[in-house]
Amino acid sequence: MPELMQFLLSGVTVGAVYALVALGFTIIYNASDVVNFAQGEFVMLGGMITVFAHMAGLPLPLSALIAVGATAAFGVALNKLAIEPARGAPVVSLIIITIGASIFIRGATQLVFDKQIHRFPAISGDDPIHVLGATILPQSLWIIAGAVAIFIGLWLFFTRTLIGRAVLATSNNRLAAQLVGINTNWIMTLSFAVSAAIGAIAGVLVTPVTMIGYDFGISLALKGFAAAMLGGMGNPKGAFAGGILLGLIEALTAGYISSQYKDAAAFIIILAVLFAMPQGLFGKKSTDRV
Amino acid sequence: MRLSEKHWTLLILIVLVALTPFFFPSSYYFRVGSLIFINGIAVTGIVILTGYAGQISLGHAGFAGIGAYTCALAPVHLGIHPALAVVLGAAISGALAWLVGRPILRLKGYYLAVASLGLGILVSMLLTNEAWLTRGPDGIDVPDPGLRDLFRAMGLGFSATEAWYVFNGFMLIVGAWLALNLYDSPTGRALRALHGSEIAARTVGVDVAGAKLTALVISAVYASVSGSLLALQNKFITPDVSGYMHSIEIVTMAVLGGAGSVLGAIFGAGILTMLPQVLTVFAEYEQILLGLVMMLVMIFMREGLLPSVLRLVRGRGE
Repeated sequence: MPELMQFLLSGVTVGAVYALVALGFTIIYNASDVVNFAQGEFVMLGGMITVFAHMAGLPLPLSALIAVGATAAFGVALNKLAIEPARGAPVVSLIIITIGASIFIRGATQLVFDKQIHRFPAISGDDPIHVLGATILPQSLWIIAGAVAIFIGLWLFFTRTLIGRAVLATSNNRLAAQLVGINTNWIMTLSFAVSAAIGAIAGVLVTPVTMIGYDFGISLALKGFAAAMLGGMGNPKGAFAGGILLGLIEALTAGYISSQYKDAAAFIIILAVLFAMPQGLFGKKSTDRV
Repeated sequence: MRLSEKHWTLLILIVLVALTPFFFPSSYYFRVGSLIFINGIAVTGIVILTGYAGQISLGHAGFAGIGAYTCALAPVHLGIHPALAVVLGAAISGALAWLVGRPILRLKGYYLAVASLGLGILVSMLLTNEAWLTRGPDGIDVPDPGLRDLFRAMGLGFSATEAWYVFNGFMLIVGAWLALNLYDSPTGRALRALHGSEIAARTVGVDVAGAKLTALVISAVYASVSGSLLALQNKFITPDVSGYMHSIEIVTMAVLGGAGSVLGAIFGAGILTMLPQVLTVFAEYEQILLGLVMMLVMIFMREGLLPSVLRLVRGRGE
């Protein structure tokens, strides 16, 4: 059994990271119907800026704070400069714009910083904790706790606060939201800032475990996107469940079948789920207006 | 005499393919031209899928991978001629597209994007991991189909690069011709109708699922042939041909140039194939510039480069 326990623990840790990325996708999608393929770059920026602020001599917590703030600012810039001017463009164009943004951010990062792989010390040290014969790094617990805290925060935000409901209203019908007095442009800006900040937090949390480099964002964005679609796009509950599920599938496949095919298993399950439930696990069936 | 858009497109392509070599200072230019034609073929498939039918695929490199590796493996293991392997690869790609097409094409927008993405990644992973067959990530040699000898037998003494330039240019023109014919055919009209509105198309009797499936199968065959030609020309192929980045590249070329028209998409293939060659001096800035171009064109020229430029020119003329 310790073997299974170990796979489950590492699956949940990886899954928590995917869940954080997927939650970032969800917020932007809810506000603007855009899937932001540069979401992985937010994670990368969070890690890289922290690394370089720390190397410049700032204490780690302050570096992390700066990284999250700066990344949120990049998120707002992305919205103002690239997404807002392209309002109403078809899905393919929006995909290319955000992929273009991600390539741009990657290129700029390797110029401003470097192409090396970095890490900084974990929050509570590197001594593994023993659980039922398996081990887990203290940092993994921080990652899981971070994902859970942000999920609960977002859930309360979307269901209990006026601003959160305004975001949902904007996503449902932009014009109607404007008619009842919601400043939809401000909602978009806020969503990009929050989403980028969550990405950056994920980056700060994972760097001590997985390390960080300028091109680490691509695969995280793909997995986060897949997780969000698995759960049903636009639903924070779905994003969280999809992320954890994806992490578990990967860890179990890597452990019991083949580590080379762990990504394959994830995508096979996603294809199977989408075939059976075209709206994802938690997505609502929608009807089109003719 | 007024030429239709179809004939204009073909005429422009033929003139470009036939006349530009007279301005080529070295054989390197033949190689770049030939690469543009190969990408142009894949991109023409995307015009049918995305431009005509409005469906998104982020996994077409998977089909290119199938085409490429069939050319690498079938001549060795099945003993067939490499030219026949191109046909076999296209058949396998078409069959795979047909098989997965129905469930995948029920999905819309981003769901379709992630499903096609997953399909492409699965193919890419098979090619990378099944090293006993594909030799893995380091790549594999591809047999020579004897194109040069064929030209020599016809009395044309081309070098290898020149031979591929001529052949791939010919293939691109044939591919463009077929795609242009499709545009006004009943299937093409059905695809354009469902692009506008699936429900409206269904009410006037279009078999929406069937038409979408046809578009996917045809575009998969284009991608497969493009992958085959790349493998045969280079005599070597790595699993990168099936990777996520290549899928993105294909779609970006089509959409940047103008996915609505064959000429526009091929123009996009030309620009994006040449961009890295031109930018080798600024290799460090390549990604930044590529990202900027992608964003700016999509924000300010939504229909793509060529249609927007043409409109500008025509607007001035009137």
